[in-house]
Amino acid sequence: MSHIDVAVPDPDQSAVLVQVPDGTGNAASQLDPNARPVLTVKDLQMYFPVHSGGIIRRTVGHVQAVDGVSFQVPAGGSVGLVGESGCGKSTTGRLITRLYKPTAGSINFEGTEIAEMSQRQLMPLRREIQMIFQDPATSLNPRHTVGAIVGAPLLIHNVLPKDKVLPRVQELLEIVGLNPEHYNRYPHEFSGGQRQRIGIARALTLQPKLLVADEPVSALDVSIQAQVINLLQDVQKEFGIGFLFIAHDLAIVRHFCPEVAVMYLGKIVEIADRETLYTRAHHPYTQALLSAVPDVKQAAIGGRRERIRLTGDVPSPINPPSGCRFRTRCWLAQDICAQVEPPLMQIGPRHKVACHFAGELGKHPTTPVTTSPAVAAAASDPGFASTWFEVTTGQPTGG
Amino acid sequence: MTDSFLSVRDLVVHFPTTDGIVKATEGLSYDLDRGKTLGIVGESGSGKSVSSSAILGLHRGTNAQVSGQILLDGDDLLQLNDEQMRRCRGRDVAMIFQDPLSAMHPYYTVGNQIGEAYLVHNKVSKKAARARTIEMLDRVGIPQPDRRVDDYPHQFSGGMRQRAMIAMSLMNDPGLLIADEPTTALDVTVQAQILDLLQDLQREFNSAIIIITHDLGVVAEMADDVLVMYAGRAVEYGPTKEILVHPEMPYTWGLLSSVPDVTGDTDAKLIPIRGNPPSLLNPPAGCAFNPRCDHRDKVPGDLCTTVVPELTPARTGGNHTKRCHLANPDEVYATEILPEIAPDLVQGQA
Repeated sequence: MSHIDVAVPDPDQSAVLVQVPDGTGNAASQLDPNARPVLTVKDLQMYFPVHSGGIIRRTVGHVQAVDGVSFQVPAGGSVGLVGESGCGKSTTGRLITRLYKPTAGSINFEGTEIAEMSQRQLMPLRREIQMIFQDPATSLNPRHTVGAIVGAPLLIHNVLPKDKVLPRVQELLEIVGLNPEHYNRYPHEFSGGQRQRIGIARALTLQPKLLVADEPVSALDVSIQAQVINLLQDVQKEFGIGFLFIAHDLAIVRHFCPEVAVMYLGKIVEIADRETLYTRAHHPYTQALLSAVPDVKQAAIGGRRERIRLTGDVPSPINPPSGCRFRTRCWLAQDICAQVEPPLMQIGPRHKVACHFAGELGKHPTTPVTTSPAVAAAASDPGFASTWFEVTTGQPTGG
Repeated sequence: MTDSFLSVRDLVVHFPTTDGIVKATEGLSYDLDRGKTLGIVGESGSGKSVSSSAILGLHRGTNAQVSGQILLDGDDLLQLNDEQMRRCRGRDVAMIFQDPLSAMHPYYTVGNQIGEAYLVHNKVSKKAARARTIEMLDRVGIPQPDRRVDDYPHQFSGGMRQRAMIAMSLMNDPGLLIADEPTTALDVTVQAQILDLLQDLQREFNSAIIIITHDLGVVAEMADDVLVMYAGRAVEYGPTKEILVHPEMPYTWGLLSSVPDVTGDTDAKLIPIRGNPPSLLNPPAGCAFNPRCDHRDKVPGDLCTTVVPELTPARTGGNHTKRCHLANPDEVYATEILPEIAPDLVQGQA
């Protein structure tokens, strides 16, 4: 659905990795020549300063919330961003909507560079990029009626004369499945699922081209989650909106997004189309994440996947580990992982991964995975090895 | 089945309010043995937490009306006086709460709070309690327990706090452990760690566990038996595998069809349950699920809207009961629901 830029790895850093032919005419864009990106993010970086206590409040460090993130969202398509809490996925969403000003990097929206724009310059673009928040109870003003909330963007941007606002609000409420006569009610009069529909109506008011949905269903009950997901899919189809879908629920992201990026400690560690990521993930972190998801169907037929037990917690983003950031929890980590940071390498037509030993993991997380024997098994699996060499068009990895 | 370790019979919890009586739990019965796990599944407001806090006597001193029987090892917990109940809490029955940050006191060290559970129920010195605390923190996998024991809750990460909560609940080796949404606030990798830990500890201490959750995946991995609750009532109850393979209640179907999974067909549609959960003040007449049910037309007459269905044995047998008027739920599930939610499974069986 989208292009994936070929990473241009630093030659020194990629010594042990297969070098992939590089260039603008990469395989991914040829696969899908019609996909036009609505959003292109490149090397996005957000460092939040950490101040010392006392009066002087010197800057004593930085929280490296987002550190060099690149991806594209195709017009009318969806890209999913998954990761544990604190990995920087929400910060990325807030950078794209320019609620924060990035420390470095570029955010290109429909050919316009918005990373450096001032608030005044951003004003017209705010119509095009909208956001849906996680918690509908706190993201709606309790003292405004639903009509005022949904109609506010129209008045702020002076799109419609005042007397035309109400009909448009009612139209929007109808689209999201609420009773249009309820425009005079307050948010507390609605249930959680209905409130999230109000949030969606507000985001749709100005007919945006890009929607950043930050955990849009995680605060909702299971039976309501499906309603809201289906609604989002309907409005995407109807209005051709590009989605950046941020969530920690891997199953929901898989359901919604044809392309998924996995973040860990401010970096994208793996990005691929849905089929590849969920069946042939190469990064150990992605495999661990997938193996941790409880699977109702597997359990129902009596099967059971072995979990990869990740030990410990995510390290502090103020002082991330040297080299590969995942190495402190990785069962494959070796000396090189502490010294050299693995670049995001293209390993398949739509598949990029940042791991020194990506080629040595062959087991699918959806089939039983064991920790160290898996590596041995993968290495001795000729079928896997041949596909690996094909896509990389290079020699075997040196590690 | 009255010789079970825990046996709940016709438990009713009502809360009188100015608007009327909130019927949070209505006639709930289940059994649980040592070393086994019961999963209670339902949406918010289905009465799953309320019924479990009744076991701990947490509704005492409120205006709640609790009736029925809760037999733990033969003793009816509802008949205990307050002092006896106080001695039972934490020693025989312990609870793990959903949000460990709000369940722990921010002003006291973690070690202080965990040790208190031991001091209250045992005649031991503070030093012995501290030693036991460090031992338990180590057992639940907290690194450097002799140092972390003096930390405050805010110095722990979410997963570590939940581990500390588990250590606290296991201080007195309770026979019954109630885990109320123990992993809902946690990331998937941490959730997997905590679930593994609970299973290891259960094997070690042979305790009975009630795990309350809205996540069928957690139940599928953890529970031996499942109790599906809707509007204060058990609507389906039986062995986990039975319920997941042969569910016979449309609400359970709805729960299964509204969550995507990580291995299924990506074209499989999510089929949400229509509408919203009912108010417990004024639940719908007849089957409480009838306003949201898509299969009402298959039941003759107005049975669904007038008569509350009894908990009857499922058609597929196997100790599995369901509360539904449908005459052939197994066939409806096999022909209408399963092909929609898991086309790959149906083809696999064919």
